[in-house]
Amino acid sequence: MSVIYILITISMLVAGSFLAAFFWAVKSGQYDDDQTPAIRILFEDKVKNENE
Amino acid sequence: MSSTMNDHLERFSYDNIIVRNFIAATVIFGVIGMLVGLTIALQLVFPILNFADFATFGRLRPLHTNAVIFAFAGNGIFAGMYYSFQRLCKTRMYSDTLSKINFWGWQLIILSAVATLPLGITTSKEYAELEWPIDIAITLIWVVFGWNMFGTILKRREKHLYVAIWFYIATFVTVAVLHIVNSFEIPVSLFKSYSWYAGVQDALVQWWYGHNAVAFFLTTPFLGLMYYFVPKAANRPVYSYKLSIIHFWALIFIYIWAGPHHLLYTSLPDWAQSLGVVFSIMVLAPSWGGMLNGLLTLRGAWDKVREDPVLKFMVVAITAYGMVTFEGPMLSLKNVNAIAHFTDWVVAHVHMGGLGWNGFLLFGIFYYLIPKMYDTKLYSLKLANFHFWIGSMGILFYALPMYWAGFVQSAMWKEFTIDGVLAYPNFLETVTQLKYMYFLRAVGGLLYIIGTIVMAYNLIKTALAGKFIANEAAEAHALTQENSVHSGEHWHRWIERRPIQMLVFSLIVILIGGLVEMIPTFLVKSNIPTISSVKPYTPLELEGRDLYIREGCNNCHSQMVRPFRSEKVRYGEYSKAGEFVYDHPFLWGSKRTGPDLHRIGGKYPDSWHYNHMLDPELTSANSIMPAYAFLLENKLDISKTVNKISAMRTIGVPYPEGYEAMATNDLKKQADAIAANMLKDNIHVTSDKEIIALIAYLQRLGTDIKAKPDTLIQKEQ
Repeated sequence: MSVIYILITISMLVAGSFLAAFFWAVKSGQYDDDQTPAIRILFEDKVKNENE
Repeated sequence: MSSTMNDHLERFSYDNIIVRNFIAATVIFGVIGMLVGLTIALQLVFPILNFADFATFGRLRPLHTNAVIFAFAGNGIFAGMYYSFQRLCKTRMYSDTLSKINFWGWQLIILSAVATLPLGITTSKEYAELEWPIDIAITLIWVVFGWNMFGTILKRREKHLYVAIWFYIATFVTVAVLHIVNSFEIPVSLFKSYSWYAGVQDALVQWWYGHNAVAFFLTTPFLGLMYYFVPKAANRPVYSYKLSIIHFWALIFIYIWAGPHHLLYTSLPDWAQSLGVVFSIMVLAPSWGGMLNGLLTLRGAWDKVREDPVLKFMVVAITAYGMVTFEGPMLSLKNVNAIAHFTDWVVAHVHMGGLGWNGFLLFGIFYYLIPKMYDTKLYSLKLANFHFWIGSMGILFYALPMYWAGFVQSAMWKEFTIDGVLAYPNFLETVTQLKYMYFLRAVGGLLYIIGTIVMAYNLIKTALAGKFIANEAAEAHALTQENSVHSGEHWHRWIERRPIQMLVFSLIVILIGGLVEMIPTFLVKSNIPTISSVKPYTPLELEGRDLYIREGCNNCHSQMVRPFRSEKVRYGEYSKAGEFVYDHPFLWGSKRTGPDLHRIGGKYPDSWHYNHMLDPELTSANSIMPAYAFLLENKLDISKTVNKISAMRTIGVPYPEGYEAMATNDLKKQADAIAANMLKDNIHVTSDKEIIALIAYLQRLGTDIKAKPDTLIQKEQ
């Protein structure tokens, strides 16, 4: 059953890197605005054809 | 973004070719994978359809699962990701070349699966059957995908990473880790390897992988796709962006611990089972958070759902996701699992997820994308609606009979008469009872396939009517860099200014290095037997075991007697962890289409097995098992026996030093004894046939703990 220690370690590493990513996301202001991102993706950046 | 600082718009284009290619691959491999599924479904009703040694149920079932998971769902994920990634990051993919390598590499991996699995080249570990060279190829292509993805993130023009991107990142990271850890194996030859782990350990690693393959290959990427395509198709923002953030982080933290629920009531230690159960129950919350967020996005747009096939498919997909993620935690409860495990209930469960959630979401996305990329309207709404209804019917016709079959089978296994004996002592009775349900299931599968083919036709017609926009023009502001970096600075300078981060990173690097060195020795030591009478397999038994793996017997037969009265009466003493210490890989199985085999050793004479393999109906009337007559003809390949013994010793099986020199001789002696034994029953077979090795293995199964001290001594002489 010793493999469980390895699995736990690896799972912790993965979870830890997710945690780090989470802190980065919060700190860098990814989640400061929780309204516009949902709406922004709806805007299509269609380019008006000038010279295709 | 301040318009004063950076006023000019940058012009660029999105790569639609890669998206179209992945869609084509999804549809083609989807139809093929489903047809293989239909074949094996029919094989359970009409055993005659096991028409060749490369086309038996045991060999085709892994082909079906690999095709629908990695070829259908896998290509579908790539298609949706490559489309949404570019739009969300407001940039073309980092490198067209990497995109192409990703595409063609993935297709080559799929083709190599098609070329190897029917030949019996398999590791036997579910959803990880592909042998080691292909494992390496998967790793490389996955790295290419990640490289392309992170490169795109770095050159994005939109600072905010939309929630879908987070799901893609989690998918990439976790699948990479899972695949590498579970694929730890020692090669014997180009097409044969043994899992580094043994028995209980191997089972735990496998289901840690298997469960998270569902979580991070069939769930997180699809949730990412849901968060992009459902709002786009409904043209309204996601119900709650805040909920999506919470649900994402909660989901990935909880999911990874739930694996042991695949091993309830097995020889896995109890505390590990309970841990898995607790997390499996917890995962219900974030799962339903995502499901509700998807469904509620359509609030006020239900009139559109009535008309638009894209939304119809998506609604059914999300509903199926909700049902499956409720059912999953329920199946993880030990008392429910005691009934459902090893039965067709689990098959129904996964197909609810596969056909409903994964399939229907992809169909919805394709009906949305193809007209868009070809700048036209969908060829036929009518056909799309037809697809929707026949597909939905297909799911119902598939799932309901399988649920029914699961209940029936489990109830029959466990039923005792008032006299205290098994009501259905002959396992075959519980199989023949299910034939009609198996047939209905095949009908359901057929309906679903018809729908998929109709979609393919509809999409092709749409494409022919339109004009493909290979490079879609777009424009966006450049991303303003806030913390200015001195130009030309080496990337490493960043970390140099941050001692704490430096420390953390070096720690991680050291940890990885240490783990890589320690794991092998660590594992080998822990394989020391806890039951002294359990001995390594003889060379002949080892060869027989490899035939068991080659034929995929574990797809229908478990080797795990659970500690229930009904199972102890039917099969014998329940299975103990110490009995599996030399099992590289473990062969516990996950489904009992046939009876458990852990205590089969010594139950029947050798000649019974011989006749049973020649034609199962000779010994068991109405059996649905394929005939394995070719095992009676094929000569056993013993050219690798010596390598196998050495490989096994490397991973901790205590064959004496120098045993290789005697292995072949011992093998022949044991084979001669079996052949001589069968001669008594008037069966003439030479001792160099494959059947001899298989019989040796089957007769050994589960017998070690029955050994008495005196017979042990005899054996050692």
